[in-house]
Amino acid sequence: MAVTFLQPGSPTRRFLGDFRESWIATGALAVVVLIVLLAVFAPWITPQDPYDIANLSLADARRPPGFVGSEGYVHVLGTDAQGRDLLSAILFGLRISLEMGLAAGLFSFVLGASLGILAAYLGGRFETAIMRFVDLQLSFPAILLALVLVALLGQGKGQLIVALVAAQYAYFARTAFGAAATERRKDYVEAAAATPLSGRRIILRHLLPNALPPLIVVATVQVANAIALEATLSFLGLGLPETEPSLGMLIANGFQYMMNGRYWISVYPGIALIVLIVAINLVGDQIRDQLNPRLRR
Amino acid sequence: MLGFVLQRILQAALVMLAMSALVFVGVYAIGNPIDVLISPDATQDIRDATIARYGLDRPLWEQYGGFLGRLLQGDLGRSLVFGVPVLHLILSRLPATLELAVAAVLAATLIGVPLGMYAGYRPDSPLSKTIMTVSILGFSVPTFWVGLILILFFAVELGWLPAGSRGETVEVFGVGWSFLTANGLKHLILPALNLSLFKLAMMIRLARAGTREIMLSDTVKFARAAGLSDGTILRRHVLKLISIPIVTVFGLEFGSTLAFAVVTETIFSWPGLGKLVIDSIQSLDRPVMVAYLVLIAFLFVLINLSVDLVYALLDPRLRRGQVA
Repeated sequence: MAVTFLQPGSPTRRFLGDFRESWIATGALAVVVLIVLLAVFAPWITPQDPYDIANLSLADARRPPGFVGSEGYVHVLGTDAQGRDLLSAILFGLRISLEMGLAAGLFSFVLGASLGILAAYLGGRFETAIMRFVDLQLSFPAILLALVLVALLGQGKGQLIVALVAAQYAYFARTAFGAAATERRKDYVEAAAATPLSGRRIILRHLLPNALPPLIVVATVQVANAIALEATLSFLGLGLPETEPSLGMLIANGFQYMMNGRYWISVYPGIALIVLIVAINLVGDQIRDQLNPRLRR
Repeated sequence: MLGFVLQRILQAALVMLAMSALVFVGVYAIGNPIDVLISPDATQDIRDATIARYGLDRPLWEQYGGFLGRLLQGDLGRSLVFGVPVLHLILSRLPATLELAVAAVLAATLIGVPLGMYAGYRPDSPLSKTIMTVSILGFSVPTFWVGLILILFFAVELGWLPAGSRGETVEVFGVGWSFLTANGLKHLILPALNLSLFKLAMMIRLARAGTREIMLSDTVKFARAAGLSDGTILRRHVLKLISIPIVTVFGLEFGSTLAFAVVTETIFSWPGLGKLVIDSIQSLDRPVMVAYLVLIAFLFVLINLSVDLVYALLDPRLRRGQVA
């Protein structure tokens, strides 16, 4: 990392160069990309469509990994209580988990960043009101807030995303506010504010770009958190409806069979979940280290 | 100072009022409790009588007003499912949750602080790196999944520990406690361990950061010059100095331990508050949900208020309201 700043090229390129030097982060990124690809192409690569009832046979139910089912292929990770191929169910579950995580992350990003930057730009009463509320919310555990909201709103993808966003936007708002407020007080922004430049221009050209790096770090962590939170809620039976079997629900469905030693129904979806969350967190850690000027060599 | 204290208490009271209104209105929107209360083939007379008895026929603001009035008298209503006063229900479940939370916090401290201190004392040793990796996992792996693995490993595969419920309890002061019997203690180990993992990871981080900082301080240099061994320095001086931030964070985190107990109690069928609230959400038992949420909100407002007041004692700038 010592000589990279000598290389020609854009900051982005330098950033990517630095990133490649950490083999843990590169490996984690590769894992994330692989999982996303597997999830996106799940309908074309899985041995069966796990939610087409015509494909399921109860004779295949709860078979251990390696069992050759009535369809004639090997169930690499075994089958669940309905005779569903577990590998197929996991890949379809990943689709739903990723979808929820990304949607919740995106909406929280937009909502939180807008509120935070606007509070920093406007200051005064607006700032006090917004940031007081955000701080109050941050002192309350996100899981409890999401739990309550899901209970209030009922089950469904839209409702779950609303609950996740409500539980998570505050982290983005706090981060965006911190970065934007520091920038707002700098002389060049004060000077720009004194000219007839529109507020929109100041926000978009000066405040937002400076708040972006820390926001990206928060975004990676929060996508992982949203996935974990969704899994937890679905595990408790309060997340998605039965028609949207995410990883959390697969784990919950296998829980009752675990007691008699049929571990695979819960354990393999869980491993998929953990690998995804840990990989995203490792990528996030590396981005944070690289964006932290104090650690830059 | 008095003005600041009064202002903060007033603010906290306002927040509580707003929270109770939000919770009440929000919970009112869930389902129709009449479906739960009355069997579908009940006569119209029984229906009307039941609706009138629970006050469900009156307008929402009137129900809230009544709720608030009773709340101030310590009456949280009656559970729709159990038919007993909610306060009674919550008080009967509270010991189980407190026992679990205290056990988890103790385990996190007793295991986490020594590990963190070691990691801070020898930051480059392989053992320290392992400890830090474990703490990263503790942060990112969801609690419920760890609970499942604990059950699978210790209860199903090895058969050493039970997978759920509280086991035998001993009555002390009219409530049952698990930790006083050998059987109850065995039941307590897995849930407490599960609930403590997140705090354990945090404890390791805090202790490590504190130790690294204090090992470079003059205190430690002088202690070394006086000929004390490293073990003695760590035990006598470093431990004392890092305990202040640790205790602070712990006080703050106790509330969230209670919140996370919701997940752990569900997995281990631990009959505490968290299990109660999940069950009441699923059975649309409104009074129990409202009471639980108001209680938790109250707890958090109380914690925040005390933190504000303690900081004000420590930082004179806050008292004059410059930063507030």
